[in-house]
Amino acid sequence: MNIYECAICGFRYDEAAGLPEDGIAPGTRWQDIPDDWLCPDCGVGKSDFDMVLVA
Amino acid sequence: MTAPLVVLGSGLAGYTLAREFRKLDPTTPLVVVSRDEAGFYSKPMLSNALAGKKSPASLVMKPAATMATDLNATVLARSSVAAIDTAARRITLDDGQGLAYRDLVLALGADPIRLPLPGDAADRVLSVNDIDDYARFAQRLDGVQRACILGAGLIGCEFANDLLHRGVAPTVLDLADRPLARLLPAAASLRLRERLAAAGVAFRFGVAVARVDGEPGGGLRLQLSDGSALQTDLLLSAIGLRPRTDLAAAAGLQVERGIVVDRHLATSAPHVHALGDCAQVEGHCLPYVLPLMQQARALAASLAGRPTPLSYPAMPVIVKTPACPTVVCPPPGDAVGDWQISQDETGLEARFVAPDGRLLGFALMGSATPRKQALATQVPALF
Repeated sequence: MNIYECAICGFRYDEAAGLPEDGIAPGTRWQDIPDDWLCPDCGVGKSDFDMVLVA
Repeated sequence: MTAPLVVLGSGLAGYTLAREFRKLDPTTPLVVVSRDEAGFYSKPMLSNALAGKKSPASLVMKPAATMATDLNATVLARSSVAAIDTAARRITLDDGQGLAYRDLVLALGADPIRLPLPGDAADRVLSVNDIDDYARFAQRLDGVQRACILGAGLIGCEFANDLLHRGVAPTVLDLADRPLARLLPAAASLRLRERLAAAGVAFRFGVAVARVDGEPGGGLRLQLSDGSALQTDLLLSAIGLRPRTDLAAAAGLQVERGIVVDRHLATSAPHVHALGDCAQVEGHCLPYVLPLMQQARALAASLAGRPTPLSYPAMPVIVKTPACPTVVCPPPGDAVGDWQISQDETGLEARFVAPDGRLLGFALMGSATPRKQALATQVPALF
């Protein structure tokens, strides 16, 4: 499971943890997150930036 | 061929607006004018770049040439604007070049507030508000062991936390009696102070710097308003931002604290809009990323032919202090209510509750931060 970091604000998405408060189950791969998902910290769109693989 | 959409500024606001516009309108010519090198970077990343071991070069995600290709735009780097003629719909650059516009977007940002300081080293006070500032700051860090930061606000506390990752011992100074005094309730400020202090940040409250002098050997000697002295290797000023309104004011646009715009991000002159840190939207100056994204999407739609009023839901602000992760949604300045605090070793939840029980604001720390989306939906929209 990978960890990705939003290049705009540094928010980290941990695939193992998911984002339950956003309706994204633990274990959800980054590529399976809906295209209209917005970064919960800064609002940038999924397709608009590189989510940088950090771990 | 139509005159272009001209965007003044290549920060997060300018480039986000340009990108959102291009998604909706692939053909109208687009020009981005920037006084710096116009590389695409994200200012929110400057205050945690040391922890991420990011060099100034690596903070630039795309150089200007790539942005120009990606956006199908002309990017004029190292170009300052001398004047705007709103009647003729034309800007004049510092080099005398004129540029006609169909619509003009001001994304000029804000200047760090700098207090005039006596002393022979006052010119060595740094502020970090853009990528070029950051490069100067990073270069000055070599050999620095002690740093002083003026301002215990959001930026000051983030930089203090970040400097710890370079083995620098920061001291944060503020006239207020606690960190983030304007955004956080006292209990949350106290927790932030304790956690940052445990991590190595020193605080001096109720003081200002009275003068800055150089020391033989290269350091700085600060004289404080209480008569005491502090020696340090580097001084960073983070006491607030002032929207850049001079160009707009000279062009006859209405300005107050920021460039005055309405819910369509329209200024007082036809075909001129403003967004980001330079803008005052329906009375609000919110120099944060969530408002910027809302503005950019609404304005892009309007400029692409679909007038779209901006809406401002409750937009929590993230404070990037890993020693004490914090999210705050401050209540409006005139809100009536009380802070209700609950905290334990792992986290803190502070709710600002109106007499009728409505949630008007909140602050979350540590293990409580994931509750921010759930709480934000309960807080009334600004408009």
